[in-house]
Amino acid sequence: MTTRFDPVEMRSRFPALAQEVHGRPLVYLDSAATSQKPRAVLDVIDEYYEHDNANVHRGIHELSRRATVAYEEARTKVARWINAADDSELVWTRGTTEAINLVAMAWGLDNVAEGDEILISVLEHHSNIVPWQILAARTKAKLRYIELDDQGRLDLSTLDEVLTERTKILAISHVSNSLGTINPVRTLAEAAHRVGAVVMVDGAQGAVHTQVDVQALGVDFYAFSGHKMCGPTGIGALWAKKELLEAMAPYQGGGEMIHIVGRDASTWASVPHKFEAGTPNIAGAVGMGAAVDFLTDVGVDSIVEHERALMEYAMDRVRAVPGITVYGPESLDERSAVISFTLGDAHPHDISTILDAEGVAVRAGHHCAQLVMKHFEVAATARASFYLYNTTDDVDRLIEGLGKVREIFA
Amino acid sequence: METPQLSSLYQQLILEHYRNPRNKAELDEKSVEIHMANPVCGDEIRLQLRIEGDEIAEAKFVGQGCSISQAAVSMMTTKLQGAKLADASMLAERFTEMMHGDEAAANDKALGDLRALQGVSKFPVRIKCALLGFDALQEALKADGQESTH
Repeated sequence: MTTRFDPVEMRSRFPALAQEVHGRPLVYLDSAATSQKPRAVLDVIDEYYEHDNANVHRGIHELSRRATVAYEEARTKVARWINAADDSELVWTRGTTEAINLVAMAWGLDNVAEGDEILISVLEHHSNIVPWQILAARTKAKLRYIELDDQGRLDLSTLDEVLTERTKILAISHVSNSLGTINPVRTLAEAAHRVGAVVMVDGAQGAVHTQVDVQALGVDFYAFSGHKMCGPTGIGALWAKKELLEAMAPYQGGGEMIHIVGRDASTWASVPHKFEAGTPNIAGAVGMGAAVDFLTDVGVDSIVEHERALMEYAMDRVRAVPGITVYGPESLDERSAVISFTLGDAHPHDISTILDAEGVAVRAGHHCAQLVMKHFEVAATARASFYLYNTTDDVDRLIEGLGKVREIFA
Repeated sequence: METPQLSSLYQQLILEHYRNPRNKAELDEKSVEIHMANPVCGDEIRLQLRIEGDEIAEAKFVGQGCSISQAAVSMMTTKLQGAKLADASMLAERFTEMMHGDEAAANDKALGDLRALQGVSKFPVRIKCALLGFDALQEALKADGQESTH
């Protein structure tokens, strides 16, 4: 049985959206930066702190037992949500960035050496570029790039030149944060595995706008964040195949990640706890579990369908604005719920200020993707990004605001 | 928070300087060059000064960015041609005070056209845009001072 998805009702479940900004009802079009949080998730976090708060995997007392159960149940929820083969394949991190750094250091330092190659793309967020630059510098490996075409899609015609026997890892985004490009991850993973490389996916946006199935994608690592998918900030996860996690050295040392500590050496806890040194973000993990419950209840298929319909409406209206340039894939089959644009000679910063005065929140800047900006020879773009709580009224308000931009910069 | 008026921000004079920046070129002979960027948004300028004795003989800049940052640096350079170093330093201080909401500074005729940027002070996230040029000027004056003491 399916109930019709109602974005207006959905909007009412997010307390932060029920406010006026500069005298106008808030239109939040910056979900690609971070999503708003539904009441259901906020309540679970409050409930945890009010009743169960204790440290995990340490105490014998009742609260510690409850906190541990809540923490591990959240792990199970998130692991199943991405169809992990086993709960222990899911390591909690601060977010996508820490998950990528964990792979670059704990896997990279032992598996990448001088003469080897690391393959990423020009489309990547800085968090999937800089850790690999650091690893390349430390190991004397070479960092190589998959280039982009004029629609901001990966140029796979030259894949054979950059993906070679020397490639040790392919690190690629599932969905681009700056343009919304959806990458053919499964095809890329197959190609990478043929040359013996492992595949790490930056899923910060992918986990938001698709139903992720890490087994069907055929990848080795998948990194994602709670805060972009209705969960709190400061929590995310690294999923990895168990045999990879077991072979990897620890990322950080401390409590929780040890088995027995001696004067000169120690032994490690089993995975995933081997990678979770120190008191973790317990409430964050519980909150991310609640976000998964919320999204499961709404239904990812419904969200994807809603975003698609909204994007069809939004792209038509945005493209009709005189003087606008829209970046990214033409086809909505290849584009997630992101519209990156410039408007005449109005700088994106000015666009964002003018829209903000109208109560419309968009991002302006390089979106932590300076290589993408360079590719399109722009210093910055304005970016409107949509999620399950956005409506066609929000799109109309954006268009109205762009009218104001055109008046001022006439 | 009270809603600031966009009209106080986007004055015609600002948009005019944004579209027709003054002194936007490379200096052939320069005594000091300062690169200043705002990594958050990508606004950047290179301010070039030719200093002779205690005077700025010539000031030019190249850069890119939003209307506020580029108009502010354009207006600033018009005030710097032939200015005494001490006056340039005072100008930077007065402008910074105006950006931080100082009414007296905003009424100071010495700021000239730069007073058109007063409205920026009501938009906290944009103040750093307006200050980009003057931050570069202050760095440039500091760099020149260090050199001449050697």
